[in-house]
Amino acid sequence: MLWSLYANVLVQGVLTGLVYGLMALGLSVIFGVVRVVNFAHGEFAVVGMYAAFILFRSFGIDPFLSMLPIALAFFVIGYGLQRTLINPFVSRPEHEQFILLVGVAIILVNGTLMIFGPDARSANLPYSFDSWDIGPVIVDKVRVYAAIAALAVSGLLFAFFRFTDTGVAIRACADNLTGAAVVGLDVKKLYALTFGLGLACVGAAGALMVTLTDATPMIAPAYTLLAFTIVIIGGMGSMTGAIVGGLLIGVAEALASVLIAPSMKTMASFGLLVLVLALRPQGLLGKRA
Amino acid sequence: MNPLASLSHLAAEAPRRALLLLGLMVAVLAVAPVVLDRYLLSVFFLIFWFATVGQAWNVMMGFCGQLSLGHALYVGLGGYIGALLWVKFGISPAIAILPAMAVAMAFGAAIGWLGFRFGIEGVYFALLTIAFAEVTRIGFDNWSFVGGAAGFFIPVSPVASPVNLRGGPVLFYYVALAMMVVAFVVCALLRRSKLGHAWLAVREDAEAARALGIDVFRAKMAAVVVSSAMTAVAGVVYAFYQNNLFPSQTFDIARSIEMILAPIIGGLGTLFGPILGAFILTPLGQVLIALVEKIAGRAIPGVNLVFYGAALMVIIWYAPNGVWPWLKKKLGIPEGRE
Repeated sequence: MLWSLYANVLVQGVLTGLVYGLMALGLSVIFGVVRVVNFAHGEFAVVGMYAAFILFRSFGIDPFLSMLPIALAFFVIGYGLQRTLINPFVSRPEHEQFILLVGVAIILVNGTLMIFGPDARSANLPYSFDSWDIGPVIVDKVRVYAAIAALAVSGLLFAFFRFTDTGVAIRACADNLTGAAVVGLDVKKLYALTFGLGLACVGAAGALMVTLTDATPMIAPAYTLLAFTIVIIGGMGSMTGAIVGGLLIGVAEALASVLIAPSMKTMASFGLLVLVLALRPQGLLGKRA
Repeated sequence: MNPLASLSHLAAEAPRRALLLLGLMVAVLAVAPVVLDRYLLSVFFLIFWFATVGQAWNVMMGFCGQLSLGHALYVGLGGYIGALLWVKFGISPAIAILPAMAVAMAFGAAIGWLGFRFGIEGVYFALLTIAFAEVTRIGFDNWSFVGGAAGFFIPVSPVASPVNLRGGPVLFYYVALAMMVVAFVVCALLRRSKLGHAWLAVREDAEAARALGIDVFRAKMAAVVVSSAMTAVAGVVYAFYQNNLFPSQTFDIARSIEMILAPIIGGLGTLFGPILGAFILTPLGQVLIALVEKIAGRAIPGVNLVFYGAALMVIIWYAPNGVWPWLKKKLGIPEGRE
């Protein structure tokens, strides 16, 4: 029946979209606070995928478990990266920041290419092909787990920014940098924390992605593009926007790949992007024009 | 101004020493194929080619301040149109560069219109350019008339025919060299023109430019259109050099990125920057590939790109204006001149 097909596609799109949302959340948080576009975002996601893949293949650690140490490692990397490499560029022109991060991206993607080669690697969890039948809707177990995990990490991040002093301080930096510096906040440290948190998101998202799709170095620029598209659709710097954008793109991709052709899923997200850029350039939930 | 008069003016303005050096370099390059082997000819082809597309990209980013990350789009469009017209209709690439330029300009204008009309700037605009390149790639991937993902091939002709870009490495050496020189001259003339000054004004401060009565939208559109047309010509030549076109390679984001390295390293917004950058990067990358192959016993893809990435970071860290402004000082060329 047709409507059951739609229901299946919708559920799959929403579940995948939540993982996309987590990935985009990292980009959005970094941009919202540090005002730097992390052009190496998808490359970091792929490194996260390979990390989870290796941990699973060599030590049998389930990606849903290894996402925690991976997120932690990515946090440390992000913190260090902001402290050393990116901080001097915060006040430099936009295109110089961009070139710096393109350099990082090129090194990451070709580094993984040199180490792992161009072949696609799949994690093949023991329950990769298990699914639940809920009425006419068939849902993959891994996809549900991945969505729940993504939701949990996103929720943690939201709670951090809402309820902890450090989170509030970071938001203060984003709202009014001069004011934050005047009241004595250590802006450099808060920036580094933010970059670390952004990378932790993308590391966790990468670990989750490896349960849903194969890892290959060549997918990295597409993920950067995906995260960027989601963030622009949702609104640059808006955390809720990133999740909403992720859901929209997840559903749009799923619909396009079933209704038109699998290769058309990228077309769907770019269609959405062009539409949003033309009608509401600040994004669905963005504040500034 | 009459371009010829403008050109002689340009020549008169440059210091004699620099002009002499430039003439000497062109002369050396013109006779070099006598001593170059096949491999070195191919390296020089890549240098000239990247210098040309770098020059084209530089019109948009270096002159007008508009960041494009989708220039592979114009390479691909030019390449496919040149190849299609030749293989399917027997039209010489010498003629096909006209429709190739026209189509690339139309695409460039569409992207520019969408971007500039709605005030999409900086990284947002860059994303738009990537998006267009990606959408076009997917389109060509699924278009069976042009071979789809399986690629499109230009048959190798037993008879050399320079007008139809059929020939050996020496032919392509000279074609690419000519392309680089023409691109340089065109950009030199453009930069001296009224339009060129409008571009620089828009790059430095769009609001101030508007206040001076410059039509910012038109200046930006002109930059995109000129840049896409120049890139499309290089695309035609590259397709006939390679004899094959695959959407996944031709329109690849990695290709777009590779194209912007030379002007950034050489010097954004300068005329010699793209050429200098290509002469630095391409040979170093080739040496690295050969070296790694010798040490590891096999080719490891991505080595040269890791090096390019590192070079990019070092340059942007220490000399964000590129190598040329530094070299210019060493050569004793005064500020504000090239």
